[in-house]
Amino acid sequence: MTTVVTGVGVVAPNGLGVDSYWKATLDGVSGIAPLTGFDTSRYPARLAGQVRDFDARDHIPGRLLPQTDVSTRYALAAADLALADAQVRTDALPDYDMGVVTANALGGFAFTHREFHKLWSQGPEYVSVYESFAWFYAVNTGQISIRNGMRGPSSAVVTEQAGGLDAIGHARRSIRLGTPLMLTGGVDSALDPWGWASHLSSGRVSLVESADRAYRPFAADASGYVPGEGGAILVLEDEAAARRRGAGPGYGRVVGYAATFDPPPGSPRPPALRRAAEAALADAGIGPADVGVVFADAAGVTELDRAEAEALRGIFGPRGVPVAAPKALVGRLFAGGGALDVVTALLAIRDGVIPPVPRAVDVPDDYGLDLVYGEARQSPLSYALVLARGKGGFNSAVVVGQATTGHQH
Amino acid sequence: MTDITLDDLRRVMAACAGADESVDLDGDIIDVPFEDLGYDSLAVMETAAILERDYKVTIPDEKIAGLPTPRAMLDEIRHSLAAAS
Repeated sequence: MTTVVTGVGVVAPNGLGVDSYWKATLDGVSGIAPLTGFDTSRYPARLAGQVRDFDARDHIPGRLLPQTDVSTRYALAAADLALADAQVRTDALPDYDMGVVTANALGGFAFTHREFHKLWSQGPEYVSVYESFAWFYAVNTGQISIRNGMRGPSSAVVTEQAGGLDAIGHARRSIRLGTPLMLTGGVDSALDPWGWASHLSSGRVSLVESADRAYRPFAADASGYVPGEGGAILVLEDEAAARRRGAGPGYGRVVGYAATFDPPPGSPRPPALRRAAEAALADAGIGPADVGVVFADAAGVTELDRAEAEALRGIFGPRGVPVAAPKALVGRLFAGGGALDVVTALLAIRDGVIPPVPRAVDVPDDYGLDLVYGEARQSPLSYALVLARGKGGFNSAVVVGQATTGHQH
Repeated sequence: MTDITLDDLRRVMAACAGADESVDLDGDIIDVPFEDLGYDSLAVMETAAILERDYKVTIPDEKIAGLPTPRAMLDEIRHSLAAAS
């Protein structure tokens, strides 16, 4: 059974909607800028990848505004974009034939911050009843399901920054188990003061003040990451079912998925990222030579960059495969990051072009890494490997391949 | 604060539980079931919670679930206000 991606919805710091995002990514347009939501003058880090020009009232019904965190508004908007892109009319399909599985790592931070403030300053009777679910990791799945009448198998995945890939892997599994259509992906946002404090507590947020230099994955002097917000939602379908409803070939296929868990700190066993990547390739039935590009986790933390480079060197050989890190333009979107990278990988395959990190990066020679920077690289691509790691030991890998028929979406 | 009007209720409903673009809250809604106005049980609970707070009355949760229309909600608040005074 073949799983195809028939529609995508993107809400990213450098573009709203897939076309705007893809153009910005190829042009090296960054969404990283000083955080504008509150006074950050006394914080050690002040840069974030913020979604711009998003007026919730343009995307979300009025009834849903009082009950949704900004992250859920992005998720609902991305789902609408994806369904429209796939030309799915949800009212024309049986509701139990459509499921939703999304990933979320951060919950509804801004909403909860506001309600907690009311709790402490005014009292419990001032707290919205909607706080009961607006904070919750599964709320994006629930709200998307309710809004679109999708009552098939639905769930939420919480695996820190690996979640976007795990959700896509689970959606593919659901399709194989008989649900013809799944909405999947991930979205996160925590750029309110409380969310910001939580980001900073990771100890991995870059303190570099220049937006051009704060988040430089695989650089010799990598300084940490820049938090971002947003993500992507994808329509996955059983290819035969998609054909029956008259859908086009779509963006491509999800052909492999695997997840592994790292050994505990101090263990002599190696990190399990390489094993996840190899298992995903095996699941896809392809070898390293078939992979035209790897979308790296691209932590921006030297120890993690080095480990990822070592895993890739082990699989592909030194400089054995081009490596893309479009996260450098938007920051780390948590559960949104892997999902957005899968969209980017599909677009790269569709158009035969690998998006660059805009500026030259001084990658240490011993990484043996062919990082694509400076200019986009034209290259016919059949398959892309997408990697993601989540703090706490999560490793996930997705393999996507070009659309079966080969013609354009 | 000794009385509550339908307009007071409209304001609270729009502010706390949101307005559905397809429903005219300013219309003749007093006997329209909350469900038909797009307000599910949680939205009714949120509306009641704000009214309880603003009018300093208490409506037991099990009673809130049994208030099908704006009229029933207003009657319940007025009843509580009368009992309190």
